Amino acid sequence: MSKKATVFVRLKDGVLDPQGVTIAKALNQMGYDEFTSVRSGRFFELEIEDNEANLDQRLEEVCSKLLSNPVIENYRIEKG
Amino acid sequence: MKVGVVTFPGSNCDYDAYSAIKHIMGEDATFLWHQSTDLEGSDLIMLPGGFSYGDYLRAGAIARFSPIMEKVIAFARSGGLVVGICNGFQVLTECGLLPGALMRNRHLRFSCKYVHLRVERTDTAFTGRCEDGEVLRIPIAHGEGNYFYHDDEVQQLEDNGQVLFRYCDASGRVTPEANPNGSVNNIAGIMNAGGNVLGMMPHPERAVELILGSTDGLKILESVRHALSYQSV
Repeated sequence: MSKKATVFVRLKDGVLDPQGVTIAKALNQMGYDEFTSVRSGRFFELEIEDNEANLDQRLEEVCSKLLSNPVIENYRIEKG
Repeated sequence: MKVGVVTFPGSNCDYDAYSAIKHIMGEDATFLWHQSTDLEGSDLIMLPGGFSYGDYLRAGAIARFSPIMEKVIAFARSGGLVVGICNGFQVLTECGLLPGALMRNRHLRFSCKYVHLRVERTDTAFTGRCEDGEVLRIPIAHGEGNYFYHDDEVQQLEDNGQVLFRYCDASGRVTPEANPNGSVNNIAGIMNAGGNVLGMMPHPERAVELILGSTDGLKILESVRHALSYQSV
């Protein structure tokens, strides 16, 4: 049986997100003035063969070693 | 001096680095393929500029897991000299040999131009042939060169004297206008606490002949050669 996990990666608070700032400016120029801040990020959908006893730990490793850069980013895992 | 230039899929400054070492400096250079696990007796490892693995995920994030990088990391941890230029700098931060991270340029544009760099220290393996406070003219070419580190950690870097190059104007003043990408404290290049690993966004290997517009990059490469000749005595 296979499982799924979704990983959301975003910049930590306090780290400037130039893409988010630019998107927010564009929205404001389009007349959507109420959107005062945008933070961008990315997500990953993982399909996992479910025969690993310590899946949680391995998922954490995958997130901290490769999918995110812990110096500047946080991640959140949603399983299923 | 024998220099190993690592080639990742997507590296595009590996031949520039090779040529600077081999043809301009007359030293021994060899390409090290990313799948190799043999540094071939190199005294200096150069991680060149380019777009390793297409910059997928984050610049340098995938290259750091190449087989050759295990050897490069072990080499660096045992005191071996490593220089990462541009994408090479990004690989060095991703693999933890250098602190901090390189983020998207603040203005979101790819920047390709000559910049001025102030040399902050001359008592290192990478700057020994420079003058105190010298201003070097060396080109940059990157979209993700915005050096970031949290405030207190940057202060630690500054206190340790790990900042070697800062973006400045032609007269050496470090100003916001001279900062091409938003790097904290105008940082263009840093070394590790051990003083044997350098990462810098500007390309010294592209400033090694007058026909290229500057020979200032040679001062950095010659500093390394000088440091290695001392080591071997």
